[in-house]
Amino acid sequence: MLKFKKILVGFAFSPNLKANVFEALRMASFFNGELMFFHVGAKTPEKVSRFMELVKSCPVQPKKISVRWEIGNPVSVLLKASEAFKAELIILGALKRENVVKFYMGSIARKITRRSNCSVLLLINPSVERHPCQHIVVNGFESPQTKTTIEASFIVANALGAKKISLVEEISRSKVAVSVDDDRSLRRAMLKKEKLSRREQTRVSDFVKNLPLKLTEKINWTTQSIFGKRGYSIGHYAKVVRADLLVMNAEENLGFFDRLFTHDIEHILAELPTDVLIVNNKKSE
Amino acid sequence: MNKVNSARRFMIDLPKNVFSGFVVSLIALPLGLGLALASEAPPIAGIIAAIAGGIVVSIMGGSHLTITGPGNGLVIVILSAIVGLGNGDLYQGYLFTLAAIIISGVLLFLFGLFRLGGLSEFFPSSALQGMLAAIGVGILAKQFHVMLGFTQVKGNTLRQLALIPESIKNIFLNPSFEFLLASAIGVVSLVFLFLYSRIRNPLFHLIPAPMWVVIGSITVIYYFDIIQNNSQVLNPALMITLPDNLIGSFPSPNFGKMFTSEFMGHTMSITLVAVIESLLSIKAVDKLDPLKRRSNINKDLRALGIATGVSGFFGGLNVVTVIARSSVNVNNGANNRSANFFHAAFLLVFILLFSKQIQLIPLPALAAILVYTGYRLAAPENLLKIYKVGKEQAIIFITTLVATLITSLTTGILLGIIATLIVHVFLNKSSFLFTQNWLKPNVLMYLEEGSGNYYVSVKSFCSFLNFFKLKAKLDEIPPTEHAIVDFSLCEFVDHTVMEGMNDYSQGFSRNGGVFEIIGLDIHEAGTEHPFAIRKSLPEKSFLNFNISLTNRQKLLNELSSVLNWNYLPDPVSSYGDLEHFIYFRRKLINYSYNSLVSENKNSLLFDLSYSEGAFIAKEDLKSTFLQIKAPYQMPIFILDKENLMSSLYGLSGLQDIDFKKHPDFSKRFFLSGEDKKAIRSFFTNDLIFFFESHPLYYIESKGDSILIRGKERLASIQEIKHLLAFAGEFIKLLDTKKS
Repeated sequence: MLKFKKILVGFAFSPNLKANVFEALRMASFFNGELMFFHVGAKTPEKVSRFMELVKSCPVQPKKISVRWEIGNPVSVLLKASEAFKAELIILGALKRENVVKFYMGSIARKITRRSNCSVLLLINPSVERHPCQHIVVNGFESPQTKTTIEASFIVANALGAKKISLVEEISRSKVAVSVDDDRSLRRAMLKKEKLSRREQTRVSDFVKNLPLKLTEKINWTTQSIFGKRGYSIGHYAKVVRADLLVMNAEENLGFFDRLFTHDIEHILAELPTDVLIVNNKKSE
Repeated sequence: MNKVNSARRFMIDLPKNVFSGFVVSLIALPLGLGLALASEAPPIAGIIAAIAGGIVVSIMGGSHLTITGPGNGLVIVILSAIVGLGNGDLYQGYLFTLAAIIISGVLLFLFGLFRLGGLSEFFPSSALQGMLAAIGVGILAKQFHVMLGFTQVKGNTLRQLALIPESIKNIFLNPSFEFLLASAIGVVSLVFLFLYSRIRNPLFHLIPAPMWVVIGSITVIYYFDIIQNNSQVLNPALMITLPDNLIGSFPSPNFGKMFTSEFMGHTMSITLVAVIESLLSIKAVDKLDPLKRRSNINKDLRALGIATGVSGFFGGLNVVTVIARSSVNVNNGANNRSANFFHAAFLLVFILLFSKQIQLIPLPALAAILVYTGYRLAAPENLLKIYKVGKEQAIIFITTLVATLITSLTTGILLGIIATLIVHVFLNKSSFLFTQNWLKPNVLMYLEEGSGNYYVSVKSFCSFLNFFKLKAKLDEIPPTEHAIVDFSLCEFVDHTVMEGMNDYSQGFSRNGGVFEIIGLDIHEAGTEHPFAIRKSLPEKSFLNFNISLTNRQKLLNELSSVLNWNYLPDPVSSYGDLEHFIYFRRKLINYSYNSLVSENKNSLLFDLSYSEGAFIAKEDLKSTFLQIKAPYQMPIFILDKENLMSSLYGLSGLQDIDFKKHPDFSKRFFLSGEDKKAIRSFFTNDLIFFFESHPLYYIESKGDSILIRGKERLASIQEIKHLLAFAGEFIKLLDTKKS
């Protein structure tokens, strides 16, 4: 079973630092886990004291906190540290939308997301005050990873006290294979869609029904089929329903071309609709 | 079983479609000849296009009520191809152009094959309007001279436009009888065409205006031929010439210039205009279809492509879907594709049997029809309508119009698109929104589980650049359902999209569905117009009209306070369940205004603007109606004045219900409906006596509500009072019947 006990937080001295740190501390205490703050950059006494003051000013204090400072390339240093720490979750603050140049170069947060071996939580609107997580949207792609992702979303929902989970099956339009030209083809397409979405719903509902009851009993979960571009629609959906967290599968082998022709998770990374948790369990396999 | 049923249905409907095909052929004949002449092609070329189009598209097409044939829009491009490719020799140019037409047929077919029909959405609506206006100006400028009897005026559109005063002056400079007669035929025809829709006589309207012009002008020529024995009263250059041997003399297309860039350029513009004109027409005809069917655009394009190829092979022009003829088709009761076939068949009969009479049609009469067509395309009120949507739309319109007139059609529309882009960037003060999001998906559509509504959310921006994405999703929603389109995540919505949304909204309400648009409240619009550009950046609206009431409106207001009813002078575009009345089945409702609502909301009196037909066959009407809630469920029926038209309706399946006991009522009234038994028992003696003893009104019941109309025009205050009194007594009678 997936756990989020060892949490690595990459931080930089950005305007969002305080909010990021507070969110991370809260997260660690929800999961009752071990927290490691990690900064890539020079260690100066004033930075240390400023940071420690910040950490101490937070009302929530998890049991194990450590802070590490290292110099080097942010991405590779952080990734190496997460391996060494055997981190199960990396928390990073991210900007809502990358501009064109940065997008193709890959900002630090996104680069780590793409290359990390463990799950990553990207925060786009961290806040100092606790802003409760109520609605989680999770993908239900037809993929071997989906089962773990759904499980993770229920674990997170229980830990954060979220009441509602929407399982979204994105069904690619090519699967419908009927193009709508007139009334007759519209009827045919409708029937086909209904059949597909019923099948997808049973598939996803079965995942949930097989989860341990103590994970699912307190949560109101629904399914929703969407016919649209995979990886794009779910982000748009999360925005429309004002979800607080979007949980997605990690993708394997993301190359430059994948980014050039955006698809699947790249749409989400290009324009984060909300906080995003990318579930990755390569290690546990 | 199903097949047998549909075959029977087809046979039952056949007389209607034959009749409608006949009426359409009456308008198609003069238009076909005229459009061919306007393109400097032999007159028969237009008829060939109509025959090829009617036969091929009625068999292979994907639309239901469209009529196909030579199109107005193509006149200008084919003309420039014939003149350009011929280097002065018009007949050679015609042969080269036939090759271009055949190739454009192939391209059209490929367009349909690769489902590129949706590509037409890439043209901003105001730019398209500008292009159509330019085509109209082009036709008008050239044909005005012919209408006055001058066939030798050469030059480009602007030059011909500038020469119009000179042509007028020339008539008065050397007033020979021949010249004067030619100009008189032209001018009288034009005046007649403008006045035609004012004359509201249904019998007179059985024959379309262009046919009246043809009949009238042939009569004049016959008069001189037979009575005055002057067989050549007009210069032969002003008469139509058809080849002597119609079947054996097909020209052969010349592919000699096929690989020159000039040839390809002409082929491209012919194809472009053919696609645009056809798609616009198909969309407009779908809105008129009483059976609310959806056309298969791509299938229709394939059929049009084949028809164009066939037509070009036999020496005909391009085949496109044409709006005016299609709307005449709808209005005459056609309900399937066979009407298009019969229109072609009748044309074939005409051309084979009456070729001698056809050669008596004077060109000025045909030119008058074309001038009228051109005027309707370029009418100043089109610009005014667009100006009302927004200043920026008027700028786009004028840019495209001027650019098309000065350069060529393809350059013109391209400049129109660029102008639109610049306007959008300027309005948003940044191009970032567009460059960033153009190619990204921006539409989410899903069926809300639970409510069963279709929810569509649009992100970033929505303009002509990416409207096709939204359209693709909306087309997947059955128009009988409930759709909600949410623009709250969208920063910019342009005029093309707003107009498209209105089309969808009409389509849904016609089919009994609901189409809601939400999230536009946070967007600022430049004008009050419902199609105005919307963007989320706040900007002060600069136009504020204070509407003052007319005299009639003041009187209505007074009447409302006497009756203690509620009066609202403003136009409203939601018109409730009016479309379910048979009266509006083949009509397009625009808006209602001057509405008076009774206190208990059971009676509603209103003026309604609606239209019949489209384009040159369009008639805009305004009438006063009274809609009242029926006190109980009544049978569905129509009660109207008995006249010759109603006996014609008998042809199309509506039968008059007569009562033997009441010969006076049966003679004066035309009563029809599906459930004859229920209607007979509903019309009791006292009800019949009531109708006999009161003035005649058009009365229609759709079961739960009744529609009453006086004359087919706005009613005066006096008439409204009569109408209200009549309705009051009628309802009282029904109430006593109920108890």
